[in-house]
Amino acid sequence: MSWLDIGALEEIPQRGARVVKTVHGCVAVFRTGDDQVFAIDDRCPHKGGPLSEGIVHGHAVTCPLHNWVFSLETGLAQGADDGAVNTYPARVEGGRILLDAARLIRGAAA
Amino acid sequence: MKRKLVIIGAGMASGRVLEHILAQDPDGWDVTLFNAEPRGNYNRIMLSPVLSGEKTYAEIVTHDDDFYAQQNITCRFGEAVVRIDRDAKVVHSNKGSAPYDKLLIATGSAPFIIPVQGKDLPGVITYRDMDDTQAMIDASGNPSGKAVVIGGGLLGLEAAAGLALRGMEVTVIHLMGHLMERQLDPAAGYLLQKDLEARGIRVLCKGATKAILGKDRVEAVLLEDGTTYPADLVCMAVGIRPETRIATDAALEVARGVVVNDQMVTSDPDILAVGECVEHDSQLFGLVAPLYDQAKVVAATLLGQDAAFRPVQTATKLKVTGVDLFSAGDFADGEGREDIVFRDPARGVYKRLVIENDRLIGAVMYGDTGDGSWFFGLIKDGTDIAAMRDTLIFGPAYQGGASADPLAAVAALPLDAEICGCNGVCKGTILKAIDGGAATLGDIRATTKASASCGTCTGLVEQVLASALGDAFEKPAAQPICGCTDLTHEDVRRLIKARELKSMPAVMQELGWKTSCGCHVCRPALNFYLLADWPLDYTDDAQSRFVNERNHANIQKDGTYSVVPRMWGGMTNPRELRAIADAADKYNVPAVKVTGGQRVDLLGVKKEHLPHIWADLNAAGLVSGHAYSKGLRTVKTCVGTDFCRFGTRDSTGLGIKLEQRLWGSWTPHKVKLAVSGCPRNCAEATCKDVGIICVDSGYDIGVGGAAGMDLKEVERLAKVATEQEAIDLTVAFIQLYREHAKYLDRPYKWLAKVGLDWVKAQVVEDPENRAALIARFDLSQSVYQRDPWAERATSQAQAEFAALADLTREAAE
Repeated sequence: MSWLDIGALEEIPQRGARVVKTVHGCVAVFRTGDDQVFAIDDRCPHKGGPLSEGIVHGHAVTCPLHNWVFSLETGLAQGADDGAVNTYPARVEGGRILLDAARLIRGAAA
Repeated sequence: MKRKLVIIGAGMASGRVLEHILAQDPDGWDVTLFNAEPRGNYNRIMLSPVLSGEKTYAEIVTHDDDFYAQQNITCRFGEAVVRIDRDAKVVHSNKGSAPYDKLLIATGSAPFIIPVQGKDLPGVITYRDMDDTQAMIDASGNPSGKAVVIGGGLLGLEAAAGLALRGMEVTVIHLMGHLMERQLDPAAGYLLQKDLEARGIRVLCKGATKAILGKDRVEAVLLEDGTTYPADLVCMAVGIRPETRIATDAALEVARGVVVNDQMVTSDPDILAVGECVEHDSQLFGLVAPLYDQAKVVAATLLGQDAAFRPVQTATKLKVTGVDLFSAGDFADGEGREDIVFRDPARGVYKRLVIENDRLIGAVMYGDTGDGSWFFGLIKDGTDIAAMRDTLIFGPAYQGGASADPLAAVAALPLDAEICGCNGVCKGTILKAIDGGAATLGDIRATTKASASCGTCTGLVEQVLASALGDAFEKPAAQPICGCTDLTHEDVRRLIKARELKSMPAVMQELGWKTSCGCHVCRPALNFYLLADWPLDYTDDAQSRFVNERNHANIQKDGTYSVVPRMWGGMTNPRELRAIADAADKYNVPAVKVTGGQRVDLLGVKKEHLPHIWADLNAAGLVSGHAYSKGLRTVKTCVGTDFCRFGTRDSTGLGIKLEQRLWGSWTPHKVKLAVSGCPRNCAEATCKDVGIICVDSGYDIGVGGAAGMDLKEVERLAKVATEQEAIDLTVAFIQLYREHAKYLDRPYKWLAKVGLDWVKAQVVEDPENRAALIARFDLSQSVYQRDPWAERATSQAQAEFAALADLTREAAE
């Protein structure tokens, strides 16, 4: 893994998200209420809603378009909905957010 | 010594047989339950709500693993029975065998597949069980997917409605001239078609399917007339036939279904059959009520009791939320038959009664089916209706001069009037249960099963409870806000005030929230309640706001946003219009539209451009129009006395004053105002949350109008003489709404709960209270009346609206 520093933890509000642009589309980077970070595709498999704009609760986010709920840990849709988004390795070190650069550049398929 | 009972098929009928046997003779039988589906008994008639997303599979399971374990039932799910050896009294499955003393065939029915080319393509499914339902739910996950439903009967339309709710583009192709022709006459079929089309479902009657096209999977449906309909999913719902294969192979007597006698015994005395697979007296059965009757008889026969199955007439309802139809009896035209018809086109109501020899023999109703069970009772009993013929169509409430009290209709029902069609429960049975101590809907469900299957009679059951118990019957508790709490919105609002809870953690801790930080349902509501009640103490939490209010723009389906500058009272000038035009050019805005609230909408702006376009508009003096907020939207006005020859007062001026006073305030739901300068009402003030109409003698203030999901005219709050009084009453009314309404209730919904009289008492009749409300509103405005655009003109805000990092230029290795 090649960890890439993409910014300070403080740049994302608690229970909020920012996006990272990649050639494969945007990846949403979330900061939860307990200051963990998670990275998933910024595209809801239902109608393409930007998950980074959803309301974050626990380790889950609700899509702003039609309220599908996804686990930030597994990328799986919760409840009655069926679908999944890709997840990407992410961690915090010394107040900086680190993502796996190679994986982001290669895309989720690899 | 226990006897061995083997049941083939875990459906609604066999589930009911099990309940009867276990209740009456819990230790008499060793039960083995085979089911070809890999699961146990569930409520098949509730598959439609599962498809539409209104229920989950778990909610429709009737018997779970615990039930089978407790009752020592040997479950062999996912095992299809392939052969019955009648001589050895053994059934063989694809995985093993089981001996029986008594065998019950409950194989149900199989969907009829029209034998056209392409019927076996992947993507062509039927609508029969949970697997079919899941396949449809999966297919609807494809954005902009197209579905074709072949068959416009009960099942097909429920499938179509469910798929449409899931976001698919749905076409229904029906062979006959109108929908549900077996249950509805053409007029009711037309109303149903109109309702479905209003929900975006395309309906094509007299359409004959010629072939299903596609290479590797379904791509389109071809009709006999040569037209094609693209399809990613085809649902075939043209009918069902009894599933009789194993009975035929075992040389039992089989006609269209497995033939049974009145005791539900087949041509082999040790084999019984129940449900949709049977044929009794040359008749097949598809609705659940007669199946439950059969189940009762099967249990009695097995227990050595006397019982005989007598089919009763059944009535039909369609389980599509918001569609109200009822049909019973025979309603074909014929010699000696007379019709009584009632139509109310504006409300979409149609009722038709068919009468023969002074007796009601058929009833079709659409749009208002409240009296359905009363008419159904008249049909079943063959009551002579000659004496009440004049008022018959108006229902039981109008017979014998009784009042139109909603409960009177239920009170007037005879004891044997059927309340629950699924379970065949009549009013007398429910009253008996009430005498026996049942006092809630749950009690009635537990003791009589009424309203426990499809649930459409729930309201009726509650009315029976209310009419029998009077004030002792408490309407079921209101819904909790969400899964995070058991408290209702009203409870939470009250407790936030009473216990002075001033932060989100305080509310969640003190009121025992079940989740760590709420969810997308409760957090926006709590955020509003806290900021409305404690403007000075609470800090607005952007992360508990829905995206539109967090980003101060309306998100569009493609993730771009719309930008709407405020135009006070709908007034603008060339300078503002130039600034808007320049901004539209500079940011390549794809669409510019005039809104219904008298302003201009710039649609399709990228998120990272928002702070920049706002700064440009700000520079020309334009501020946010809050077109995205649960807050004050617009004050629509006419040109009043300035130009209009009819205007009685300066409606534009009053509108601008109101908008300048109210803008920026957050409310439970959006709030729209209008001021018209004369009763010609060009500003359409009579359908607004607050609408003021100027007249010569003063100002008529109406509240609680609506022109959205519901259409409602305002009710008069007061008539006042001066402009200042009009402003005061409006501000006080809005503050009362902010302090008391449930989040996401528009004023008209809130008014329906608290009553206009109470609001008048607070706002109009009590000047001291009015002044206090106004003072609290102004205090809140001192914190919240700020232009969000100006606040986000900083470089920091601009950075926050852009991506955190851009890796698009990093090359792949």
